[in-house]
Amino acid sequence: MTIELKEKPPLGRVIVITSGKGGVGKTTSAAAISAGLAKQGFRTVVIDFDVGLRNLDMTMGCERRVVFDFINVIQGDARLKQAMIRDKRLDNLFILPTSQTRDKNALTKEGVEKVLDDLKQEFDYIVCDSPAGIEHGAQMAMFFADEAVVVTNPEVSSVRDSDRVLGLLSSQTKRAETADAEPVKAQVLLTRHDPARVRSGEMMTVEDVLEILAVPLLGVIPESPAILRASNIGTPVVLDEPSVARRAYEDAVRRLTGTEVEMRIEGEHRPKLFQRLFGRAS
Amino acid sequence: MSLFSFARKARRPRSAQTAKDRLQILLAHERSGGGVEKTDYLPLLQRDIVAAIRKYVAITENDVEIRMERGDQMSSLEINIEMPRGAPR
Repeated sequence: MTIELKEKPPLGRVIVITSGKGGVGKTTSAAAISAGLAKQGFRTVVIDFDVGLRNLDMTMGCERRVVFDFINVIQGDARLKQAMIRDKRLDNLFILPTSQTRDKNALTKEGVEKVLDDLKQEFDYIVCDSPAGIEHGAQMAMFFADEAVVVTNPEVSSVRDSDRVLGLLSSQTKRAETADAEPVKAQVLLTRHDPARVRSGEMMTVEDVLEILAVPLLGVIPESPAILRASNIGTPVVLDEPSVARRAYEDAVRRLTGTEVEMRIEGEHRPKLFQRLFGRAS
Repeated sequence: MSLFSFARKARRPRSAQTAKDRLQILLAHERSGGGVEKTDYLPLLQRDIVAAIRKYVAITENDVEIRMERGDQMSSLEINIEMPRGAPR
């Protein structure tokens, strides 16, 4: 894949992928968004904050190449450059895996800040994959964020937890604690959306969810077999074969980088011909 | 069209098999402690290697690069040491 690398200086933007609730697609989204940013030419690193339950390495397909981790770097046992794993598909994409053994208190605020500050010198985007919940690991993942992607399913407990997380983003972050800093820019990424079930009234609409959460929408990712396939083979969705999910993530990434993209809400079982003819415009 | 749908069908189960294979390799290491506790020796190993080489050549920790590739039968540990241009000290 040929990629035109963006010239310096690095943007140094920190984006947290969070949700409160588990299993809604944080790691899938962190992998897809970071790969999508790298595909656009941005120097990107994605960090796993889920200490003890490392999984970003599997989703990115580099689980066999982990030597050092984020905690080793924080504790001074390894240098950042040694711990970062360069993606085999995109050479401007790096993965910083977490520790499978240490306990999450090894993530100190000072340690995390130091690593993020070092990464800001070299990367355009630093994507932080938060663990589920709102405990220490999740707090550390969001604390230094400039932007937040709140991954939400159109389902009651997920929306409720997202609302809780949005509250934390506006109170328990460095930006919230710093006088006259702009607040964390939070956006909702609606995942596992099924237009057929929305049409039949079984699933909340995008508008329903946005009305409750009252934050901007980054994108709508349809329920799609492409997600499981990508996870099976250890490839971010945007680097796998074309699918509606891949396209939805690509659109979301373009919005994240400031491009206006029309919001299209697709399902996997839409008429294929119609999609082929009109769906790819814009 | 029938050929196309055959190809699609044949592709699907392959990703499930890939998932299973990846998990088996990874979990074999993790359960034996090979992927978990044992890799914690790597920072120490690196320190020892640097110390040993420093007896003869002036290198820093930045000159050492450690890579690992885990396989189901065997894993390989690759250690690259960048030697400074000058002669031994």
